[in-house]
Amino acid sequence: MRINPDKCVACGNCTYVCPMGAIYIDPVIKRATIDRDECVECYACYNGMSQEHLNPTLVRGMRKIFQLMRLRFDPEPDVCPTASFEPDELTWPRVVRRAFSDPRVPHESTGVEGRGTEEVKTNDISGRVGVGEVGFTIEFGRPGVGVWMRDIQQMSWALADANVSFEKKNPITSLMTDVKTGTLREDILNEKVMSAILEVKVPVERAEEVVRLVWEVEKRIDTVVALGVGTRCEVDGTENVVAPILEKLGYKLERAKTNIGLGRITNPGAAQPQMETVKQ
Amino acid sequence: MTNTLHRFGDAQSFRDDYIVFAIASRGKNEINAVPRLKKFLEIALQYKPVNLGDARHGGALRSSKSLNPLAHWNRNDKPDFEMVIAGVDVATTCAAVFDNLEAAEACTKAVREADLGLSINISTSIQGAQECCKAAGICRHSAGYSLGFEGKTEYLPNSDVLKVATMCGHGMISTSLAKKMIDWVKEGRRTPKQASAVLARFCSCGVFNPSRSTRLLEEARGRTK
Repeated sequence: MRINPDKCVACGNCTYVCPMGAIYIDPVIKRATIDRDECVECYACYNGMSQEHLNPTLVRGMRKIFQLMRLRFDPEPDVCPTASFEPDELTWPRVVRRAFSDPRVPHESTGVEGRGTEEVKTNDISGRVGVGEVGFTIEFGRPGVGVWMRDIQQMSWALADANVSFEKKNPITSLMTDVKTGTLREDILNEKVMSAILEVKVPVERAEEVVRLVWEVEKRIDTVVALGVGTRCEVDGTENVVAPILEKLGYKLERAKTNIGLGRITNPGAAQPQMETVKQ
Repeated sequence: MTNTLHRFGDAQSFRDDYIVFAIASRGKNEINAVPRLKKFLEIALQYKPVNLGDARHGGALRSSKSLNPLAHWNRNDKPDFEMVIAGVDVATTCAAVFDNLEAAEACTKAVREADLGLSINISTSIQGAQECCKAAGICRHSAGYSLGFEGKTEYLPNSDVLKVATMCGHGMISTSLAKKMIDWVKEGRRTPKQASAVLARFCSCGVFNPSRSTRLLEEARGRTK
């Protein structure tokens, strides 16, 4: 993303809307400017702000007069008055930033928008997490902090060392050069993204071990981590296996995403889910 | 996407936050999913949602690429639900947000009866989702628990800001903008409802809950710490 300096009037609205805080008014050129290192190409500025198409010279002149008179115009806070934001043509590896930051762009590897994974949301037809298994979604960078790919690799290495397998239909897994070691492509390690999810699955007996491993590694990573745990419920809808493990570890379970099992395979020729159990 | 899972707050804080969403799965049931997703949204619309959205195009309040400058004095904050339904054009995720349990329960029941064949999820407190299932006469298939935020939590803002900003799990609502809107409500420059509409326009899949946001901003208004 770039801001056209010929159009920008330095109103400052965009400095608040950037989730990464990467936009500031440069005191030398007196225009809004994007810190390219910190920008994750999420397009919140371009897509979220409404755009007016006012004459920049006129707006600057009015702003100067208002400033001299110590008057404050109270514009809507989500408007760019001169439509100054202009998307860049992104090339590899910078395009990775947008893929993991702009939720409207489907991930190439999975075809899924957002962070690119279906998790247990389609478990009723995918069989992704079966009885006796626990699926972990380890999300880095949210909310509002962001994460460097090199930091994600710290976690993927540790998980691979512990012989934990990565979910195949996940965008981060697709960027690994070696899923056995959890190594990511070297050319993306210095890219920062809004957030990204590592996804693993283990037998329920290993759930505590994985949580403790995540606790250990997240101390070394310079961002926040949001941990999600997916599990299959019993036929009667109860779930008394994983929740007690998490509560024993000190988590207070408040919120969940609940798949209510109404999905059905309707694509012609699509295979039925295989509800196999992970071997220990 | 775990877009609705990690909303910040305790179970009581989600008493006015129920997201029912339908998702098509690639390779399983995405073929001919568009009319079924539209049907899902049409069903949800009958139960007075506070937001509708699709993951590709956004929610019922959207930004404009050609805003009339006079809008500063007369901003249209009315959600356009029909626009959302009409705009669904690919197999994606469609969501309906409700601010009361009764509506979420009724929607779940109606969606079950419609037998759309799509995966349906409810994102709210664990108890809230169980009550929706009970009302619809079905049992939970799978659960995805949120364990909250950990790691370098010192980078996170205060809880008022977090509660508002995490209503877009993709991070499109910046914590700075959420803080600014709380401050503007405190200063009397915007009403909580107006500030919520500003925030909702940044949510790119329509799961932001303007009703809960209005309540949270109202509560934050009187807080001094």
